[in-house]
Amino acid sequence: MVFKRFVEIGRVAFISFGPHAGKLVAIVDVIDQNRALVDGPCSGVRRQAMPFKCMQLTDFVLKFPHSARQKHVRVAWEKENINEKWAATRWAKKIEAREKKAKMTDFDRYKVMKAKKMRNRIIKHEMKKLQKQASKKGKKLQKAQK
Amino acid sequence: MLVPFPPRKMAGEKKAGDKKAGESKPGEKKASQKKIREKTRKPKKHHASRNPVLARGIGRYSRSAMYARKAMYKRKYTAPETKIEKKKKEKPPATITKPVGGDKNGGSRVVKVRKMPRYYPTEDVPRKLLSHGKKPFCQHKRKLRASITPGTVLILLTGRHRGKRVVFLKQLATGLLLVTGPLVINRVPLRRAHQKFVIATSTKVDITGVRIPKHLTDAYFKKKRLRKPKHQEGEIFDTEKEKYEITEQRKSDQKAVDSQILARIKKVPQLRGYLRSTFSLSNGVYPHKLVF
Repeated sequence: MVFKRFVEIGRVAFISFGPHAGKLVAIVDVIDQNRALVDGPCSGVRRQAMPFKCMQLTDFVLKFPHSARQKHVRVAWEKENINEKWAATRWAKKIEAREKKAKMTDFDRYKVMKAKKMRNRIIKHEMKKLQKQASKKGKKLQKAQK
Repeated sequence: MLVPFPPRKMAGEKKAGDKKAGESKPGEKKASQKKIREKTRKPKKHHASRNPVLARGIGRYSRSAMYARKAMYKRKYTAPETKIEKKKKEKPPATITKPVGGDKNGGSRVVKVRKMPRYYPTEDVPRKLLSHGKKPFCQHKRKLRASITPGTVLILLTGRHRGKRVVFLKQLATGLLLVTGPLVINRVPLRRAHQKFVIATSTKVDITGVRIPKHLTDAYFKKKRLRKPKHQEGEIFDTEKEKYEITEQRKSDQKAVDSQILARIKKVPQLRGYLRSTFSLSNGVYPHKLVF
């Protein structure tokens, strides 16, 4: 399949820009080629029309009939536990990491640098060990072949 | 014929007489009371004529008799000053020449001793002096950025310690910041730094209760320079203090302050290493995007 995520009733979308940037909404109905009726009861977005351009589709789909009341959207949302599932996705984690990085103070940057250095050293150490073992094995084999 | 009038005791005379009697008892009264009396004394009332009138234009007593009666021998009046005398009189000078420092400044200025008034009641508002609102440096307002509080870690941007991270202690009277390495951590002694050439990070060391000696003022840190060019051109470069020598007082002050601060730095993990490191920019690092 070329496309995996479709605009449908109940599709959960992530708003990428605009006043509600960064929030999740559910598509309740399609208005015309460019706009959808959208509602995010559990993410603080009022029921409104929203252009498709600012929406990015996620993997989650909810089950409710088109033009369903906010109450039903909320029920479906909480049943599927979308907020927790979203926080567990890599997408959300990447966003969070980006935000954390931007907020880093000078002291934090220093601590990160030290941690990275230590991590890399450990990795390198193990690598060298394995390399040494491999080279030893290779030498042994060569000797045996002779 | 004229009937000689017996000299009546005038009302004024009695008062004068009484006053004299009252004044002649200073011994009993204290000096202060005398002064008060002198202050509250009414302006002397002029005596009525001592020369009773016989007929219009004719007085009872002759000139010489009146001289004696008015006691003119006690009162000496001088003639008013003539114009020539005024011209000849030594007036205080209207202007004074004062010496003025500075090179190519003319050496002296002519200054009026008594200046024209700055305000005439017909004007709405008194005129302002030219130097209005211009204060000398010692009276300037010193400001301090809100992000800089005692204990903040600062990044020095200029000077021989550029890039070093340093602990802020207090702001001195001239507005410069008193700062210390501490010395054992990054070789920055007790030093002054300028607010403008410093980045304030959000990292703070808890400095409550640290006592900074009171003799650490601007005068303590000011650079000392010998300025006695008695020698001619050849020997100028020898006498001046070229090498800076660390005095014992500086060392002891450094120890006193640093010992208190080091204890607090040790409590925060990794802070010591942080203060030892220096700040630098590399590719892709933009100061306007960094959060300090």
